[in-house]
Amino acid sequence: MEKFEVLEAVAAPLGFRDVDTDRIIPARFLSKPRSFGLGKFAFHDMRYDDAGNERPEFPLNQAPFREARIIVADTNFGCGSSRESAVWALADTTSAPVHVGFRCVIAPSFGDIFYNNCSKNGVLAVRLAKEVCDGLRAQLEASPGATVHVDLPNQTVTAPDGAKHTFEIDDFRKHCLVNGLDDVALTLQYADEIADYEANAKKARPWALDREEAAR
Amino acid sequence: MTTPKTLFEKLWNAHVITTRDDGASLLYIDCHLLHEGSSHAFEDLAVAHRPVARPKQTFSCADHFVPTTGRAAGLSTITDVDRRKKVEALHENSKAHGIRLFGMNDPDQGIVHVVGPEQGLTLPGMTVVCGDSHTSTHGAFGAIAFGIGASEVGHVLATQTLWQRRPNTMRITIDGDLPFGVGGKDVVLALIRHIGATGGVGHAIEFAGSTIRSLSMEARMTICNMTIEGGGRMGMVAPDDKTFEYVRGRPYAPGPDQWDAAVAQWRKLYSDEGAKFDREVALDASSLAPSVTWGTSPEDTVGIDEKVPDPASSDDPSVRARMQRALDYMGLEPGTALTDVKVDRVFIGSCTNGRIEDLRAAASIVKGKKARIPAMIVPGSELVRVAAEAEGIDRVFVEAGFEWRDSGCSMCLGLNGDTISAGERCASTSNRNFEGRQGKGGRTHLVSPIMAAAAAVTGRLTDVRGMERS
Repeated sequence: MEKFEVLEAVAAPLGFRDVDTDRIIPARFLSKPRSFGLGKFAFHDMRYDDAGNERPEFPLNQAPFREARIIVADTNFGCGSSRESAVWALADTTSAPVHVGFRCVIAPSFGDIFYNNCSKNGVLAVRLAKEVCDGLRAQLEASPGATVHVDLPNQTVTAPDGAKHTFEIDDFRKHCLVNGLDDVALTLQYADEIADYEANAKKARPWALDREEAAR
Repeated sequence: MTTPKTLFEKLWNAHVITTRDDGASLLYIDCHLLHEGSSHAFEDLAVAHRPVARPKQTFSCADHFVPTTGRAAGLSTITDVDRRKKVEALHENSKAHGIRLFGMNDPDQGIVHVVGPEQGLTLPGMTVVCGDSHTSTHGAFGAIAFGIGASEVGHVLATQTLWQRRPNTMRITIDGDLPFGVGGKDVVLALIRHIGATGGVGHAIEFAGSTIRSLSMEARMTICNMTIEGGGRMGMVAPDDKTFEYVRGRPYAPGPDQWDAAVAQWRKLYSDEGAKFDREVALDASSLAPSVTWGTSPEDTVGIDEKVPDPASSDDPSVRARMQRALDYMGLEPGTALTDVKVDRVFIGSCTNGRIEDLRAAASIVKGKKARIPAMIVPGSELVRVAAEAEGIDRVFVEAGFEWRDSGCSMCLGLNGDTISAGERCASTSNRNFEGRQGKGGRTHLVSPIMAAAAAVTGRLTDVRGMERS
């Protein structure tokens, strides 16, 4: 997984509440393999009209924001379906220039599963207060192409106007992102603890661990 | 005296293997459920040359991409190559790793969240995960059950564990006798209206109160299923005699030699008197009307006797903008009575409302009437379908002009090609009314099974309380 430490990049304002993962990538594209380059489908039905033409009012179709690596969104971004394809679509860097690929999403709140999926793919999801997000989007709309500076080790987001905002992230998630850690490898270091736990659990609730289908 | 504990804390504590200094806990997963979306995780496993850690605690269901008609001849009947590959991959990965597969043509096939409880895979006291947000369904048995992403599926396949931070706890106490025509679906939609689509974010929710106790396991599953639509990480109900009776005798339930010991443990799964929750919410169920959604978020719920709301009613500009976008998408005007909204199509099914009780309820409305619009019944599992056919429920629907299909996720999200067309308005028993959820440009009104049945026979959103039933 790609490490995430510091990112300074153009940020795009996406001022819609409750952008669910069906909107980030519609279901009809989910049969495509990850290697297909899912960035082509990111926000597809918000971004393109029925004839496949870009909707000019959608921010990602506007020149300065095409280069954006950061999204500043509104409340409840990534709610709904657990599809990790939503993050793969956002993060995809193989579909340029149509879609450059995002490494960071800033919003007041996220769907829980989407938030977890981000950190498994080297994408940093940052929770900042709604007023801060609203203010960031206003600055980005006023100065299209302005950059935002994201510093994960120091847990700060610096707005185009120079204001520095601190964000919270749990230490384990930060550790994995900063080091680009594959957490399966890390977990396998706990093999002894898992085995001990399991041996006890098999005695405590054998029906939950030794699963056999009853004869019919 | 020990500190009183919530149901969630009891379940959580029993599954923590270790907790790191940074607060992350390694949680043991008792039961891992898979569907076709697992193909990426298996690819990652193969690349890393890792085996499936506990294949006997892993179960797979072909549900998301399977056709609901004409599939008896096997996978070759799936004409779309990409979809066929998804189902094939699940079949092949399951066989290669020794995982019990409920494949497309298995007589016990069905939607993973219907099959789990039906087969006794889901038991009280367990941790259950699946790469699907509606995994919260299984919490109805008194389990920690939550949806995970593909990377986490890979982690569970490789280790049978997950790193998690302990969520906050919320108790939602629902009291009161349900009025005529109001059921679990109406309750959970009304609840999401009350707490909002973000109300449960970061929380493990316990549903309690007299209404919950009075509900069947099916209705409890409907409520836990939609926990995620209120943002909740998981939903759960303390198990009781209804739970144990539902579980007893199922293929993977504890057998007679283990039954008493299991039930003795399960009876300890409740929130102790005085246990502290981070948040408490109360809902009076006795004043609820049948619920219907008007917009594109499950929180856009009103009673069927209400009107489409006006965005001007909110003083938050971002809420007003979202409401206006939803109205434009749905083709509705503020102030319109919901009962004046004509419907083009009806879908009854899904992991929310595809169980036998749901089909029985819908049939009680349909019996002796005719569908005025295209309507489709997709049982939640093949066992549900067979049981319904044994009761003659299928004939009630077929005689009324409904389509009677094989089981799967189907038109809840249209991955298998069962979609609605742009501009079409669908009364649906599924769980999400998002833009394009049931098909690009499609308009979804979430309702209960009896409300969907009523819409089918009248061609409009209808207050089922005014309809005769048999």
